[in-house]
Amino acid sequence: MPIQRRRFLQTAGVAATLGLAGCTGGDSTAQETTTTGQSADTGGGDIGDGELVLATTTSTYDTGLLDALHPPFEEAFGVTIKTLSKGTGASIRTARDGDADVILVHARGAEDKFLQDGHGVNRRDVMFNDFVVVGPSDDPAGIEGMDSATEAFATIADSGETFVSRGDDSGTNKKELNIWGQSDAEPSGQWYQQVGKGMGDTLVQTNQIGGYTLADRGTYLSMRDEIDLTILVQGPLQGGPTILKNPYGVIPVNPAKHDNVNYEAAMAYAGYLTSPRGQSIIDNYTANGSQLFFPNALSEEPNFGQYVPQGYSAEQAESLSKRDRQFLYWVDTQVPNDY
Amino acid sequence: MLLQSAVLPDAGWNYFLSIVAVSLYVSGTAVALSTLASLPVALAVGFGDFPGKRAVAAVINTGMGFPSVVVGLLVLLLVSNQGPLGELGLVFTPKAMILSQFVLATPVITSISLSAVESVGEDVRDAAFALGGTDADVALAVIKEARYGIVTAVLAGFGRAISEVGSILIVGGNIVYSDGTSYTRTLTTAITVEARQGRYEAGLVLGAALLALVLGVNWLGSWVRSRGRGRGSQ
Repeated sequence: MPIQRRRFLQTAGVAATLGLAGCTGGDSTAQETTTTGQSADTGGGDIGDGELVLATTTSTYDTGLLDALHPPFEEAFGVTIKTLSKGTGASIRTARDGDADVILVHARGAEDKFLQDGHGVNRRDVMFNDFVVVGPSDDPAGIEGMDSATEAFATIADSGETFVSRGDDSGTNKKELNIWGQSDAEPSGQWYQQVGKGMGDTLVQTNQIGGYTLADRGTYLSMRDEIDLTILVQGPLQGGPTILKNPYGVIPVNPAKHDNVNYEAAMAYAGYLTSPRGQSIIDNYTANGSQLFFPNALSEEPNFGQYVPQGYSAEQAESLSKRDRQFLYWVDTQVPNDY
Repeated sequence: MLLQSAVLPDAGWNYFLSIVAVSLYVSGTAVALSTLASLPVALAVGFGDFPGKRAVAAVINTGMGFPSVVVGLLVLLLVSNQGPLGELGLVFTPKAMILSQFVLATPVITSISLSAVESVGEDVRDAAFALGGTDADVALAVIKEARYGIVTAVLAGFGRAISEVGSILIVGGNIVYSDGTSYTRTLTTAITVEARQGRYEAGLVLGAALLALVLGVNWLGSWVRSRGRGRGSQ
């Protein structure tokens, strides 16, 4: 899609100069009608009613990953995917109302709650990257190179430099609040601005006012050409603190709770994302020359962790650190040393 | 034309034309339905003589200021699978968008039509009655007399619908198929996507297209009005 839109940008620029009003070519309209049809010639066969509503985060959409992932799935299974890109919180809410068939999100705590309430079934880990703290390259707050995210946040708070928060209950927003909660500083005051927008929007706005924000590495990398912000605190992919980990999970909506959902297509989608084919598409997807997401569904090692909710055991602290260890294991095994 | 189709790849065109098509389809249908619903109300209120008439007119006028996001939220609650109309499966479809734009455009069209109808002189009505017209004949005579105002009302309603972004973003879900064909993405919601990714140039191009569209429709409207006027003066 970004590829298409980028082409669209170039082409539309030409169109704008030539005058937009009367440029509806007959052949273009014919193109439009023929490309909407879906075929299922390549095995798989049609599933359910042939439509799958995916509620997902803005990061998977804005990076263009889904545009690489979806066409092969649609072709193989004869399913048309309708993608709603909204934050993790809004995606989960949409699925709770039975208005989506499957979610692809990144906030393990909220995902666990979703599963515990019976709205979702068969969660699978799909991929991961990490969060980074970005800001202006002259770094007025002086956080560059810190190896603690909480310390960096507290430093920004003390300096009074502007911090832009997503403020939209997204996975990134939940992570950010989680870091504030563990730091010594209070996210309050004029310097703390909640914009209530997606990651792309927030990066653009942060860029314009010269502030700091927490971003997922994928969206940041895919937008690097559009903005002047630089990474000041690295995530665990490049040796930063584990608190900045960012794992994504796929969860089909429970058909026993919402009888209108297309569960078969949702499971096929979860199966596809976690299959060698889906995982290799994720592995090979790059933007601006960088890999954005690292697949982690395939493993010969026992992988019970993904079925055990956070805080399930009495020794919560212990289980959390297990999760951290697991994440570092993924980083070790999946991220190239020279990344 | 040939030059353009040679220069412009199909995917970009498909994306662009399909969002224009969805914009026109959704707003056009919503305004057509709104007009059908508004005219009887405008006539009834304009000519009726009943207690609370001023209050009804005030409510209609207030409706012109409905915030679109609130309408979107209410329509979402209505058509969501958990909502009372959930069985119909309208959520995240163009139909849901038509419904919310119908709610937004109807007060505008009703209110402006009402002024137009009220400005038609009593003598026209009395003459139509005197000539032995039924209620329907009288209504038609009044609509004919008030047609310039009614065209203005429809144009205003269309302007409200096509430029609105809050409600359709919520109830439509801003969906594009993976081949780049829009399902519920309109010019306005497409601009939000470009803006959030920092691609302001593409957003501006879409904005120019939206302006061109509104301009075209208004030009059509003034053409209809001037044609009507010309015929009337003959």
